[in-house]
Amino acid sequence: MPDVKSPPLLGPTAEQQMHQLTRRSFLTGGLAALAGLGAWLGLTTATTEDGVPWPLRSVLRFNEGLANALGSPLGLAPTFPAELAQGPARTNGLIGLADDVDEAGWQVRVQHEGRAAERTIRLKDVLALPRQDLVMEFKCVEGWSEVMHFGGVRFFDFVSRFGLATRSGRGPDPAGNPKDLYRYVYLATPDEDYYVGLDMVSALHPQTLLCNTMNGQPLTRQHGAPLRLYLAVKYGFKSLKRVGLIRFQDQRPADYWAEQGYDWYAGL
Amino acid sequence: MNHLGPKHPRAIRWMHWINVPLLAIMIWSGLMIYWANDVYAIRVGGVTLVHFFPDWFYRTLDLDQRLATGMSYHFAFMWFFAMNGLCYVLYTFISGEWRHLLPNRRTPREAWHVVLHDLRLRKDPPPPAKFNGAQRIAYTGVIMMGAGSVITGLAIYKPAQLAWLTGLLGGYEWARAEHFVLTIGYVLFFVIHISQVVRAGWNNFRAMVTGYELTPLKEAEHA
Repeated sequence: MPDVKSPPLLGPTAEQQMHQLTRRSFLTGGLAALAGLGAWLGLTTATTEDGVPWPLRSVLRFNEGLANALGSPLGLAPTFPAELAQGPARTNGLIGLADDVDEAGWQVRVQHEGRAAERTIRLKDVLALPRQDLVMEFKCVEGWSEVMHFGGVRFFDFVSRFGLATRSGRGPDPAGNPKDLYRYVYLATPDEDYYVGLDMVSALHPQTLLCNTMNGQPLTRQHGAPLRLYLAVKYGFKSLKRVGLIRFQDQRPADYWAEQGYDWYAGL
Repeated sequence: MNHLGPKHPRAIRWMHWINVPLLAIMIWSGLMIYWANDVYAIRVGGVTLVHFFPDWFYRTLDLDQRLATGMSYHFAFMWFFAMNGLCYVLYTFISGEWRHLLPNRRTPREAWHVVLHDLRLRKDPPPPAKFNGAQRIAYTGVIMMGAGSVITGLAIYKPAQLAWLTGLLGGYEWARAEHFVLTIGYVLFFVIHISQVVRAGWNNFRAMVTGYELTPLKEAEHA
């Protein structure tokens, strides 16, 4: 930059100097704009990972790591008075709910990575656990929200009671023995047409439930009868309806909507 | 006779121009997200005056059916938008540039003077200064809006983890509406800003690119 402060440039000298400055600045600006445009084209045409340019996927994973680092263990989401959750709850998404349901004989298949034996747990044994009621603001990734009343049992109590989610087969102890826990959970409808992947912290969150009632009524088929998942710390698409299969694993599980370009973590 | 003098520091010019594509990308991706639940409208007595937004709007700009795309861009570029804004605020404070930008005691009266002058209701121009009262209000206001977008955005991005923040803003639904209104605010700011830049002319615009402006000597001596 020329020193134009002292002595002041006046008259024709000033005009000439301004002319030079203008040329140089617009050239720099033009080059910067071109570089920006190039970066943008590079980004928008980058190889995609599940429908999203890979650099954006990397940032989503970075955001996930940050959310975990800043909020581990995750705090509690706010609860609401039960009067706010009346009448039928809004429904959205019926994938994986096509087949008929045998509610009376319902059982959940449970698998652990690296273990051949599969367990089946009967619905009535799940529901024998201590009841939990949560009135929460259900949040859809589409942007709407609705206060809903979920009734069921804590997922944490479920895995504790049946000795799931751990390599040792003992109850989970996230604080004392985190290494004993598998890193992820995969949950799916019986036909596996719809499936979700969860990190273990979110799955064991105290506001993660296996539910059989909503808004004080037994689950309807559209809401995932006879047993659905609810997570307060995730967008609604992670709250799997009609839980038929649960698998604990160390590899990041597949997730129906993450494969369609959504954030895998989807944490709130 | 003209005098050549410095006007806008280099850092401010860079951050100003970098913000242009960043804000555009945030609004573009934000609209793709909003599309999935486009419930806002201006209604008077049950009659919808304006619906945000009509279908042709999304179709023309290719914003429909792209929620996932919108979210991935929004939650990546939010970092650049917030960092650029933060750098700007830090720079203006450290450099002392804030003295030209923050409203002061004379600002309200002067801003009103500018409005009357621009509407041709008052002949005498406002006192010469780097930024007049109306500009001080507008440029400080838009930075506050930027901070507001980051804060309301965080509240709807992490309503469980940052539940205290979401609650402070009136809850999830309110925070989403506030985030949206701020975006409409940028569009209004943009329209006024561009028209004022066009009115002010080439010398003024060029100063935002080069950093320097030519001023008639008489005025320069006064200043």
